[in-house]
Amino acid sequence: MATLDSKIPSGPLAEKWRKHKTEIKLVNPANKRKYEVIVVGAGLAGSSAASSLADLGYKVKCFVFHDSPRRAHSIAAQGGINAAKNYQNDGDSVHRLFYDTLKGGDYRAREANVHRLAEVSVNIIDQCVAQGVPFAREYGGLLANRSFGGAQVSRTFYARGQTGQQLLLGAYSALSRMVGAGAVDLHTNSEMLDLVVVGGQAKGVIIRNLVTGEITRHSADAVILATGGYGNVFNLSTYARGSNTTAIWRAYKRGACMANPCYTQIHPTCIPVSGEYQSKLTLMSESLRNDGRIWAPKKAGDTRAPAAIPESERDYYLERLYPSFGNLAPRDIASRAAKRICDEGRGVGSTGLGVYLDFGDAINRLGEPAVRERYGNLFDIYHEITAESAYKAPMRIYPAVHYTMGGLWVDYNLMSNIPGLFVLGEANFSDHGANRLGASALMQGLADGYFVIPYTIGDYLAGQKPGSRPAADAPEFQQAEADVRGQTTRFLATKGNQPVSHFHKKLGKIMWDRCGMARTKAGLEAALQEIPALREEFNASVNVPGSADTLNQSLEKAGRVADFLDLGELMCRDALTREESCGGHFREEHQFPDGECKRDDEKFGHVAAWEYQGEGKTPVRNTEALNYEFTKMSLRNYK
Amino acid sequence: MVAASTLKTFSVTLRVWRQAGPAATGAFVDYPAKDISPDMSFLEMLDVVNDELTAQGIEPIAFAHDCREGICGTCSCTINGKPHGPGKGVATCQTYMRSFSDGDTIVVEPFRARAFPVVKDLVVNRAAFDKIQQSGGFITARAGSAPDANALPIPKGDADLAMDAAQCIGCGACVAACKNASAMLFVSAKVGHLGLLPQGQAERDRRVLAMVNTMDTLGFGSCTNQYECSAACPKLISHDFIARMNRDYLTASLRSAFKVAPANTGGGAA
Repeated sequence: MATLDSKIPSGPLAEKWRKHKTEIKLVNPANKRKYEVIVVGAGLAGSSAASSLADLGYKVKCFVFHDSPRRAHSIAAQGGINAAKNYQNDGDSVHRLFYDTLKGGDYRAREANVHRLAEVSVNIIDQCVAQGVPFAREYGGLLANRSFGGAQVSRTFYARGQTGQQLLLGAYSALSRMVGAGAVDLHTNSEMLDLVVVGGQAKGVIIRNLVTGEITRHSADAVILATGGYGNVFNLSTYARGSNTTAIWRAYKRGACMANPCYTQIHPTCIPVSGEYQSKLTLMSESLRNDGRIWAPKKAGDTRAPAAIPESERDYYLERLYPSFGNLAPRDIASRAAKRICDEGRGVGSTGLGVYLDFGDAINRLGEPAVRERYGNLFDIYHEITAESAYKAPMRIYPAVHYTMGGLWVDYNLMSNIPGLFVLGEANFSDHGANRLGASALMQGLADGYFVIPYTIGDYLAGQKPGSRPAADAPEFQQAEADVRGQTTRFLATKGNQPVSHFHKKLGKIMWDRCGMARTKAGLEAALQEIPALREEFNASVNVPGSADTLNQSLEKAGRVADFLDLGELMCRDALTREESCGGHFREEHQFPDGECKRDDEKFGHVAAWEYQGEGKTPVRNTEALNYEFTKMSLRNYK
Repeated sequence: MVAASTLKTFSVTLRVWRQAGPAATGAFVDYPAKDISPDMSFLEMLDVVNDELTAQGIEPIAFAHDCREGICGTCSCTINGKPHGPGKGVATCQTYMRSFSDGDTIVVEPFRARAFPVVKDLVVNRAAFDKIQQSGGFITARAGSAPDANALPIPKGDADLAMDAAQCIGCGACVAACKNASAMLFVSAKVGHLGLLPQGQAERDRRVLAMVNTMDTLGFGSCTNQYECSAACPKLISHDFIARMNRDYLTASLRSAFKVAPANTGGGAA
């Protein structure tokens, strides 16, 4: 059994981080260059970590599977980033941001982590502005804010509908500066295929160059994974097609615990699916809910055009069910509400899987130019995909997989249970509990990279003798490389009759049906039969053409889908074991009469951290109790 | 969650550039694409064709893609001679099959430029863009040293204009569209974005000189003011930024030529 010591500092909540920073060990500046740190991934968390650590003087190697760090999927975040600046003078504070995030997560995150996140949120905005991130501004020249779900203050900073892009380009510019200065050794087109553990500590990685196929071993004093979330296990999601679980999954197979894998965020406002060939679901930013009103016809089977449905026959169901938060109810709640409407036969569009997001009132109130200024690029995206104008008719939207709150288990220092392995951003599990609030992912990625890891990694490295990292030809490295080569050879040798995409689509359907917005014991048990069967079929009949020593996109996909098959099974197991509903995890057996989540704090007020036991063996479920010292785990109420 | 599309499907012929590797000789090869739905994206059509090629034992067409929502800048096909295809202000991934008709032959090539060597089929190497950024495309701001974000008000007009430039997705369509394979629009977007902001002033001269010099050494051509770049740009970034950069470059060159070199004594040496 793994030991899960959260290492939460003692003392009052608001003092913990400050106190911890003064107590953890430091590495002397002259010694920093003697330590080598590997950073895998170059999204918000990875780029900010790599550049900040290099700026401190550590030797940093950064690996990214994209052809440039600027392509990481953080770039696609639209709406904004939260920070407790209280620039609007509307009563915001660090405590409120902490409380909203903790409550939004349905009381399944650590108090201390979330409080730290809220504290450093203010530094993030300062840092990004200093880098030249062109946030939206008011005419007076000060920063503008908008509102996001789960909050009653305006604390979200944004750059049109491209906030993630601008923040990533900021972090990318910081990383580029360090690469140009020779302080970061950047490897693009480089996918991590294994973690190397030597003497119980993470000391390196195995990398495949996606262009040349070359496999290389890299040793280091510490390894940081910032490789994002695993929502593509559902095949259809708002993730980029390349987003995958491989780095964290291979670390899991080397002993890192996977925490709360079943916590998945289904975003309420995405463009509905149109056909079998579909590869991607496109998000329509939550910010649209500031001005858009969500509704469905009151009558089931009403096929009239939206304009032909009179006001009295429309059901603005979020405003009706959650009058105090209205259209800005948290994502999990808004998604389930949309599902219930469609289950009642009141869905719209040709598939019946959609509801309206209507800007008619906003256009009447503000005028079309004002709406265009706020959301123009989103309306354009909608038009490109659907060939419909949202200025003239309401958008049709439906929930889609968007984020994974689960991930590798980490302690307060963001270190996993394998010493020397740190996990940042969406790849870890730490801050969002069972549901993430909008505009909090960017906040967490940058908090981890700019303001947490630069302090906490020193505490670990100070205990490592400079120059003590193993050589990259140590037996553990050779074994890991042999494992990677073995898998590649197996995929190419199978020569079956189905492309990788066939299995990914099938897995996605199982996951969506069984482990999606609503889960049941029977469904999850069925999935635990279906997924292993699909894995067998995959192993026997996948067709991976081409060779291993060139760019081979089928081979890349095969490795990723193999890991998704394993992960999907673990997610279902986690969802089956968690006999309660909380946040994004909704078990139909556990709900109140009005359809809200029924938590069981007594039995499940903990983190479930799964520990790999070997091929074909049932993993062990470890738990870390969530001790709420300062907040009461109460019933989430947005009514 | 999937329902059949109600729209009529159609068929096209793809004339695709196939090239096994950077040193290999490439050629166009025709493949049929049948039962295409007008609601498919261009890349989804390539997915379908690739699955069919795989089934026939033909190696699928390598193409670059990732976010499929027009923001990551990975996708990079020249379609019927136009970088990113027929639409205005969209990336390849946002090109939909409704832009084409039954029976069309669609020519698909990689972005062509000397500074973007072909990796395989439709995939090119755009590392040159990263190198330009690394030479100066940043504002130095160490984490932990920033003043309060509202300490420095920035006129909305300046911030908006900076954002117009900052939207660049780094795809390289501007280079592919230019007969000289010039990277002026890309470089000027970054120079313009950072140079418009007060935070960017300290390194303004150094930035423009370094980025332009790096661009020149990496094999990009010169600008002859035909503006194919801004016409092909998926974010419709204006070529006005090129003029702005030329002005910055000239000023910085003059200033650096006449500047008195600072005494090299430091003062903070401990």
